[in-house]
Amino acid sequence: MKFKRPECLTKESMHYCPGCGHGIIHRLIAEVIDEDYKESKIIGVAPVGCAVFIYDYFNFDFVAAAHGRATAAATGVKRSIPDALVFSYQGDGDIAAIGTSEVIHAATRGENFTAIFVNNGVYAMTGGQMAPTTIPGQVTVSSPYGRDPKVQGYHIKLCEMLVPLDGVAFVARTSIHNLKNIEFTKKAIRRAFEVQMNNEGFSIIEVLSNCPTNWGLSPSESMKRIENEVLKYYSLGIFKDKGRGI
Amino acid sequence: MKILMKGNEAIAEAALRAGCECFFGYPITPQTELLQYMAKKLLKNGGVFIQAESEVGAINMAYGASSCGKRVMTSSSGPGISLKQEGISYLAGAELPCVIVNIMRGGPGLGNINAAQSDYLQATKGGGHGDYKVIVLAPSSVQEAVELTIKAFDLADKYRNPVMILGDGMLGQMMEVVEFDENYQPQKVEKLWAVTGERNREKRVTNSLYIVPEELEKHNLKLKEKYKKIKENEVMVEEYLADDAKVIFVSFGMCARIVKSAVNRLRQAGEKVGLVRPITLWPFPENELKSYALKEEVEFFIDVEMNLGQMLEDVKLSLEGKKEVHFYGRTGGMVPTIQEIMDFYYSLKK
Ligand code: SF4
Repeated sequence: MKFKRPECLTKESMHYCPGCGHGIIHRLIAEVIDEDYKESKIIGVAPVGCAVFIYDYFNFDFVAAAHGRATAAATGVKRSIPDALVFSYQGDGDIAAIGTSEVIHAATRGENFTAIFVNNGVYAMTGGQMAPTTIPGQVTVSSPYGRDPKVQGYHIKLCEMLVPLDGVAFVARTSIHNLKNIEFTKKAIRRAFEVQMNNEGFSIIEVLSNCPTNWGLSPSESMKRIENEVLKYYSLGIFKDKGRGI
Repeated sequence: MKILMKGNEAIAEAALRAGCECFFGYPITPQTELLQYMAKKLLKNGGVFIQAESEVGAINMAYGASSCGKRVMTSSSGPGISLKQEGISYLAGAELPCVIVNIMRGGPGLGNINAAQSDYLQATKGGGHGDYKVIVLAPSSVQEAVELTIKAFDLADKYRNPVMILGDGMLGQMMEVVEFDENYQPQKVEKLWAVTGERNREKRVTNSLYIVPEELEKHNLKLKEKYKKIKENEVMVEEYLADDAKVIFVSFGMCARIVKSAVNRLRQAGEKVGLVRPITLWPFPENELKSYALKEEVEFFIDVEMNLGQMLEDVKLSLEGKKEVHFYGRTGGMVPTIQEIMDFYYSLKK
């Protein structure tokens, strides 16, 4: 098997910490675009957070949005250029806390773009604070005694929340903690883009990812933590695929 | 053809004639008719209209559409504009054109829905975070609102900067006869920076992030140069009977119209008074005001506003202490009467 750099990635070396899942997820997006959308118009909407420089790594157009507002900005983008493949790339703090309103309403309106939601359970760039997705018991710098649902409330399950909305065409939660799941993630991205280009409505993929730095684990330990701890709270699968009757 | 139109609707119609392709808004009194007019007209014309979930949503949709090179408008009133300030700062930072209408109401907080000029400081002094400026246009009639709305789109594109139309509830709600130039064709500006998704050219990014301090400083200095150019070229001011005046009134927007009537009445009574009305609130007509301060025959100035003196600082700075400025204002959605203004003048003349 020959391994080469996807064409739509730039030569820029990524700033992510060693072993961080962002690099894998970027590559999967790039592969799908190379394989299926070589000639298509593509516009990415960049988040605030660890992936803030995502526009440096892809060689197509980007709009960099304010924290949490990527799905609103993407709405403006996709409505302006309906024939482009448009995706937002957002962390959990971005899409599931400050941007909850924007994502729920973009989904409800059935906006025809894809949100790629990277869930690593912390505010990574600001130094590992509790995120809306932080699981019960998880220690972070702002939940130093572990997240206690009685005190800090529960973790948010955005995908499950979005499934019942009529405007939503595709919802999947995937993971990148092993090869099988990396492949599944790529499949889900491919299908979400396809759903978008068929004008079926809003599509979202939540990717369970790791943050070795703020979890205080080695890259391989962090992958094991997804498998052993995170998956207890977040189930994987395709929750909705309107076009295929799921 | 002359037609009778409500201020809010006239602004919406002017925007459509200026080639506005996308409108994102959220209902708030007293600007809602603008949104409703767009709802009726824009989709039908093949444009984009979205009633957003919030003002925050609306301004960020505008950010996205403007990034794609569209002519974009959003509108609101004070409390909603407060929410939009985040997005306005990003638009300014990313140098994106956008027309923002603020039909002001009384504040602070929920205030009320009456005509007021409560957002002067917010509009002209930033409002959002960072070193940036928004061009602020303040019409004093429905006809002028039409002309300035069209101009706002051109200015926004010319400078790649947000432009605000600052009116008050009265302007939004009143009906006046307006005339549209039927021969007008909207300017088409080539936007070589616009994000369109094309793959056969160098990629484009709209962004306001400059993580390296040297680069952000460079960006801010570049913006400063742009603002300097705007200051040099775009100041608009109306000078009314001010040539030989001994007392100069300063007032903007609809309030200035009431002052104008007071000036007329005072002139009839033999008082040498005049009015200087800033049309651009930023850039502020500093030099024009100063030129009157330098005139020997000018005794003093009277600033009249529908707030507690938000423009007063700019007037004072322009006069450089050369002449005294008195202030008369009503606030809370109260509108000063011609008589009150005349009485205030006479009280100073005593
Ligand atoms: S802080 Fe965490 S999420 Fe951010 S780049 Fe490092 S490992 Fe990745």
